[in-house]
Amino acid sequence: MTTLITTPIGRESAPITYPENHFPIDTCKYKMIAENVTVSYGGIDAVKNVTMKFKENTVTALIGPSGCGKTTFLRCLNRMHDMTKNAKVKGKVMIDNIDLYSKEIDPIYHRRKVGMVFQKPNPFPTMSVYDNVTAGLRLNGVRDKKILDEIVEDSLKMAYLWDEVKNDLKKSAIELSGGQQQRLCIARALAIQPEVLLMDEPASALDPIATQKIEETITELKRDYTIIIVTHNMQQAIRVSDFTGFMYLGDLIEFRETKKLFTDPKNELTAKYVQGHFG
Amino acid sequence: MNSIQQRRQEYRSLFKQNVAGRLLVDKAVRIIVFSCVIVAIIPLGSILIEVFKNGITAISFEFLTATPGSIGSGEGGIGPAIQGTLIIIGLSSFIGIPIGVMSGIFLSEYGDNKLARFVRFFNDVFMEFPSIILGIFAFLMIVLVIGHFSIWAGAFALSLIMFPIVARTTEESLKMVPMTYREAGTALGLKKWVITFRIVLSAAKSGMVTGVLLSVSRIGGETAPLIMTILGSSQFFSSFDAPMDALPLRIWRLSLLPYDSAQLQGWGAALVLIIIILGINLAVKYHYMNKGTNGFFERLIKQRRNVAK
Repeated sequence: MTTLITTPIGRESAPITYPENHFPIDTCKYKMIAENVTVSYGGIDAVKNVTMKFKENTVTALIGPSGCGKTTFLRCLNRMHDMTKNAKVKGKVMIDNIDLYSKEIDPIYHRRKVGMVFQKPNPFPTMSVYDNVTAGLRLNGVRDKKILDEIVEDSLKMAYLWDEVKNDLKKSAIELSGGQQQRLCIARALAIQPEVLLMDEPASALDPIATQKIEETITELKRDYTIIIVTHNMQQAIRVSDFTGFMYLGDLIEFRETKKLFTDPKNELTAKYVQGHFG
Repeated sequence: MNSIQQRRQEYRSLFKQNVAGRLLVDKAVRIIVFSCVIVAIIPLGSILIEVFKNGITAISFEFLTATPGSIGSGEGGIGPAIQGTLIIIGLSSFIGIPIGVMSGIFLSEYGDNKLARFVRFFNDVFMEFPSIILGIFAFLMIVLVIGHFSIWAGAFALSLIMFPIVARTTEESLKMVPMTYREAGTALGLKKWVITFRIVLSAAKSGMVTGVLLSVSRIGGETAPLIMTILGSSQFFSSFDAPMDALPLRIWRLSLLPYDSAQLQGWGAALVLIIIILGINLAVKYHYMNKGTNGFFERLIKQRRNVAK
C-alpha cells in the first residue's frame, strides 16, 4: 500500500515550474535523505520502509493521525533511538552523503549538525536562560565569552525571544512562560549552529500567539536551515511547509509539495485525511 | 428518555448516596492517620526530652574540650570523642560518598543490564547488613593485617555502611530527572558523561544531598563497628594510624560504668552527638536549599510560587 510519490521533487524529474514555489526545483540539493527506514519497537514496526528526501533550505512537514510514526521517524533522523531500549532502526539516513547509521561514524559529532526541538519545552531547569542557550557550546568545549555572547544574542533573536529576555539573561529558564520556554529550546538548538532542524510538534502546547511567533521563526529560519517539522495541525503544515509527507500506520502514503498535496492529493487516504474525514 | 439515557441514570444511581456516612469515614481516616503520627512521635519526642533534660546539666566548656578524667571521678570531658567523631565522619564521607555517588550513577544511567541488576540487589542487601558484621570485616581486613586499631579501619567500616545508602538514594534521585533533559542533551550533541555530570546531576542534587545526609546521620551514631576498629582512646588525635575515640563509643563506655557522674557524662555526650548530627544536617540543607536556586526541586517550588502569585 506504500505509494511513494517522490518523483515530482526528484532531481531527475523534468523542471516543473510552479509559480508558488520561489526556489527552482532543479538546483536544490538534497540535504538529507532517509532511505528505506524501518523502525521497530520490540518486533513491531512503527515506521515501515520510509524513503524521503529533504532539500536544502526547505521546510518539510510530516502529517498524519496520532500513532502513525511521524515522531518515531523524525527521531531516527538524529539517531535519538540509540537512547530507547528495544528500538531497532534499519535503513539509511544520509546527511551530506554520510550515513548516520554507519558503524564508522561518531553519532555525537553528527548530531551537532542536526538540531532538535521537542514537543514539550525542556529547558535545563538548573540553568539560566543564558546558560541554556550556550549549553550545547559550553559543554562541547567553547569557552570564549565574546563568542558565546554573540551566539546567545544571535540565537535568541532568531527564535524571537531576544526582546523578551535581553534584560534578564541570568534568570532561571523555568521561570519563563511555556511559549518562551519553547522558543528558548529553539534558540538552544540553533546555538550549536546545526544545518538541519528537526521539530517535533513545536507548537502543540502553545497558545495561538506563541504558535504564530514560532511559525514566523520557522519561515525566517528556512533561509539558512533545512527544517523538518512534525505537526498535527494541517493548517500549520500549509502555512509553513514547502513539502508535506502524509504518514499513516507507519507508511509514508504521499509526499509532495504542500500545495499539491492539499489541493490535489493523489492518494485516496490522503484526500480523506486532508479533507478532515478522519484523523 | 431513551434507553441510553436510562442506562446513564442507572450508572449514576450506583454511586454511594449517603453523604453523611462518607464524611464520617473521611473524618475517621483523618483521625487514624493523625493518631498514628502521634504514636510515632511520642518515643522520638520523649527520647529528645530525656536527653536534653539529663544532658544539659553535664555540658560545660571543660566537658566539651577536656580529655576524660579518671573513671568515676566525674571530672574531665569528651573532647577527644567529639574530635574523633568529626574526623571519622569526615574521613568516611571522603571515602564513601564518591564511591556511592559513582555507583548510583552506574545503576541509574548505565543500569540496564545483568551486572547492574545484580549490583542493585547486592546493594539493597548490603544496606541492611548488621553493622557489627561490617565492623568484624574491617577488623579482619585492616586491624589484623596492620596489627593495631586505627582510624583508617574505622573509616573503612563506616564507609561500607555509607556507600550503599548513598548509591541507592543517588540512583533514585537520578531516575526522578525526566528523560527529556537527557534527550535534549543528546540532541545537542553532548557526550553521555557530560549529560550525566553537567545536566542530570545538577538537576538531581537536592535528592542526592538528602541521601548523603541520611548516611552521615546513620554512621554518626554507629557504635558496633567502631568497637572493632578504632577501639576508643582518651587522647586527642595523634595519627590516622592510631586508635581514636568517638562519641557513640564514649556514650557506650560511660553508660556501662556504675557511677552517677559517668552516666551523667554519658547523657551529655549523647546530647552533643545529637546536636552535631542536627548541625551537619541543617548546615548542609541550608547551604543547598537557600543559596541555590540551583536544585531542581527548589526551582519547581519557586515556579509553583510564581504561578500562585
